[in-house]
Amino acid sequence: MYPSSFEYYRAESVREAAKLLKQHPGAKLLAGGHSIIPLLKLRQTEVSALIDIGRIADLRAINGGMIGACCTYAQVAAAGGLPAALTEAASHVGDPAVRARGTIGGGVAHADPASDLPTVLLALNAKFHISKGRTARVVPAIKFFTGLYETALKEGELLVAIEVDAEARGTGSAYAKLENPASRYAMVGAAASVTIVNGVCTDASVAVGGLTTHAWRSKRVAGALLETTLDADSISKASKRIVKELPDDLLGDMHASADYRRAMSQVFVERAVTAAAARAKK
Amino acid sequence: MTHTISLTVNGKAHCSVVEPRLLLVHYLRDVLGLTGTNIGCDTSQCGSCTVHLDGEAVKACTVLAVQADGATIKTIEGMASPTSLHPLQEAFREEHGLQCGYCTPGMIMAADALLRHNHKPSEAQIRQGLEGNMCRCTGYQNIVKAVQNAALKMA
Ligand SMILES: Cc1cc2nc3c(=O)[nH]c(=O)nc-3n(C[C@H](O)[C@H](O)[C@H](O)COP(=O)(O)OP(=O)(O)OC[C@H]3O[C@@H](n4cnc5c(N)ncnc54)[C@H](O)[C@@H]3O)c2cc1C
Ligand code: FES
Ligand code: FES
Repeated sequence: MYPSSFEYYRAESVREAAKLLKQHPGAKLLAGGHSIIPLLKLRQTEVSALIDIGRIADLRAINGGMIGACCTYAQVAAAGGLPAALTEAASHVGDPAVRARGTIGGGVAHADPASDLPTVLLALNAKFHISKGRTARVVPAIKFFTGLYETALKEGELLVAIEVDAEARGTGSAYAKLENPASRYAMVGAAASVTIVNGVCTDASVAVGGLTTHAWRSKRVAGALLETTLDADSISKASKRIVKELPDDLLGDMHASADYRRAMSQVFVERAVTAAAARAKK
Repeated sequence: MTHTISLTVNGKAHCSVVEPRLLLVHYLRDVLGLTGTNIGCDTSQCGSCTVHLDGEAVKACTVLAVQADGATIKTIEGMASPTSLHPLQEAFREEHGLQCGYCTPGMIMAADALLRHNHKPSEAQIRQGLEGNMCRCTGYQNIVKAVQNAALKMA
């Protein structure tokens, strides 16, 4: 399938990319192309131009917890020192060929409700570094994902980097998903990060994906985990809370109905919290 | 507007003028005449178009030819030497790792990348490594055997 015609520009720097975006109304950024090229091929979207940011060296580097937007999933999966949930999610996106091209920045900017990284980055309270060329701003995860394929990114802006905190001793995180057997997209994804001090949970953060229009944070499960020892029984009880806490209108399709997804949310939250707790206790 | 791209395909340098919307797979098949790389879907899921781009297995239907400017590409045509098949090709023949053969070029390119990252993959690792490649004929059993056989040959 051929996409309809468009112009192509390769940006050498973030500033140049921002300038090109401004100069070309109807243009979109091209990172790994693994969301936008399939859409263009199916003619579900059209662009006047693609601005290729895939070769900008600054966007392709990982420095500590600062991950350049154009780092591929394979790069993120192989990098040491990142939170376990992030490594785990990156190494389970799609298949090896998708991970070789798809980028973390493209994934979150696209904000597919079935994608993996938004859920994890929400649970990890990541910070999103955004640039418009001359001006820059930082948006916390809770404000970044705003709707179905919608984020806080405004016209003319680029996501430059995603920042996560290193996991200190006593903190553990994990990601678990019920995957679509063909594409591996998450029908239900659950991410958890927990901290244990003197045997008791002092901090917990839980997010789910695949269920609502965008990555969604659970306050009730996280609240119920606090002050427990994160034993199997308290994790199981806390995880049950997600079922009622989720909004009424969940996503559902031919792959998995809304009811099935709701039922599975509890199972996958329990798995993610259990694995995160085991890592925190190590 | 068209763009001039230069790239190396199976060891040979090429310079071509392309439209931005031209997919790498169409460039390889229609411009260079390398029709060993197949197209099996419109959704980037089947893997029959798998080639190596700078050493990594990628889906050539989901890369623009302009994105491959400056890259080194290897396709199934670049695997065998003039006198002998590549060990993976031999192994697919010996183990009956193909029936209609449509998925085979992509399978072999994905398997080659897998074996480069992991010389002795377990059965589970082979299945995971080939997750992005679909076969509608074999049921995968003999494909896995072929990759195991090739791993021994290539050791
Ligand atoms: C077969 C297949 C299976 C997949 N399976 C999964 C899966 O299991 N889980 C999952 O999470 N995802 C999956 N994906 C999607 C994959 O993660 C995509 O690579 C990702 O969603 C988009 O990243 P990209 O770099 O390819 O972005 P592109 O396709 O290049 O861009 C996507 C969108 O984001 C915009 N954009 C890109 N970079 C930036 C930036 N830095 N700043 C602002 N906007 C930007 C673009 O303009 C475009 O609108 C799959 C894709 C395929 C083809
Ligand atoms: S043709 Fe199916 S993945 Fe490329
Ligand atoms: S041999 Fe026919 S699709 Fe694999």
